[in-house]
Amino acid sequence: MALLAFRQRSGYLFVAVMLGHLLLISTQVSTRTGVPVVEQFAFGLLSEVQRVVSGVMLGTRRTWDGYVALRRATQENEDLKRRLAATEIQMQEQRALADRARGFAELLDLKQRTMLSTTAAEIIGGAAVPGFRTVTIDKGSRDGLRTDMAVVAPAGIVGRVVMPSARSAKVQLLIDRNAAAAALVERTRAQGVVVGDGEDRLLMEYVSEVADVVVGDAIVSAGIDGIYPKGFVIGRVEAVEKNGPAYRKITIRPAVDFSALEDVLVVLTPTPAREPSGSE
Amino acid sequence: MKAAGVILAVAAALALQTTLAWFVTRGTVAVDFVLVAVVYVALTTGPTAGLLAGTLGGLAQDALTSGGIMGIGGVAKTIVGFVTGIVGTQFIVVQSVPRFVVFFVATVVHQAVFIGLYVLLDARHFGTPYAGVAEQAVGNAVVGVVAFQMVELLPGAMQRRRAGKRRPQR
Repeated sequence: MALLAFRQRSGYLFVAVMLGHLLLISTQVSTRTGVPVVEQFAFGLLSEVQRVVSGVMLGTRRTWDGYVALRRATQENEDLKRRLAATEIQMQEQRALADRARGFAELLDLKQRTMLSTTAAEIIGGAAVPGFRTVTIDKGSRDGLRTDMAVVAPAGIVGRVVMPSARSAKVQLLIDRNAAAAALVERTRAQGVVVGDGEDRLLMEYVSEVADVVVGDAIVSAGIDGIYPKGFVIGRVEAVEKNGPAYRKITIRPAVDFSALEDVLVVLTPTPAREPSGSE
Repeated sequence: MKAAGVILAVAAALALQTTLAWFVTRGTVAVDFVLVAVVYVALTTGPTAGLLAGTLGGLAQDALTSGGIMGIGGVAKTIVGFVTGIVGTQFIVVQSVPRFVVFFVATVVHQAVFIGLYVLLDARHFGTPYAGVAEQAVGNAVVGVVAFQMVELLPGAMQRRRAGKRRPQR
């Protein structure tokens, strides 16, 4: 009898919890704009837990690396890495600037690019669910981060900020299945949309069948999606296949090694969305 | 006391998932530690604790997941926790093979509910997820069985070690 009562009680609890979940889901599904408040609040709360845990881990690791092991060498190595990363970012900016010098309209963008301001951030956590390619960084809205700001690394584009809390932010990596970026083939200026495949490759879609694209071509951001600044490296073409009568399916190896990411730069300067130009 | 244990287990699994797993494996190993913890709690303590662990762990994961819908992970893990708890009370699941099967099936059910709801709501694309689901099911089952073995063997091993120290020297 007691067992039956227990079963009934847990059954009622199960139904109540399921109804609560369904209610929660339905409130979000009907909301088409912005991030739900409950999600924002919960993320802000739980990211603090991530911050503490990763702080303890990083603190322990840094104490070991910086003081117990190679005290001076580690410091010098870190400085050199930072300088190298800064130089590579400058090289990318210079490369993008060279592309933009092709026309008068692009000269206007040149002014904006020289004013590109960034802030460095450290990755403090990974995705909570396998299959979602996101990371948590240690900078948030207090540092000026907003939704849809581009996140880059010395090697190229990393992703975009999808949910900033006060002191941390969630970044959707470009390889996430739901991520996308306007892109173009650097050599021929053929345009398309780069999307993540959820694993470790990118796909470039909506590239015309007649477009000149070969294996090894560099793919860069087109700068028309309102998120990613123009001219930043996305990756290199790995394979080109036919995709229906009008388009090609292009597989891209990302320039960024997402398995080795530690520090990133968040682009604070917003990139205005533009109509794709036919000339490119 | 039981509630504190459930919260602790889920929190530890979440910490393992979001920090240790990232810093050590860089997200390349497809193991859902939170799901493993939920199934473990359900098998050892029953359906009520299982569903509470599932709700807590699922909602926490949803909150930390970008572009996701809050509640879908909660639903999937609540169902898995509740059903696994019932299975644990109805059947004797103490050998490694039955435990492997329970963890494997629990992962498949979880992924079916999780991916199914996302596809139903047209909120996310998963491509062809069969290989990924199978990989995660095997990974979770291995981690789950090893966790059970460790928890069960550790106290005995420590007791034997203490007894060995107390034995008089000849």
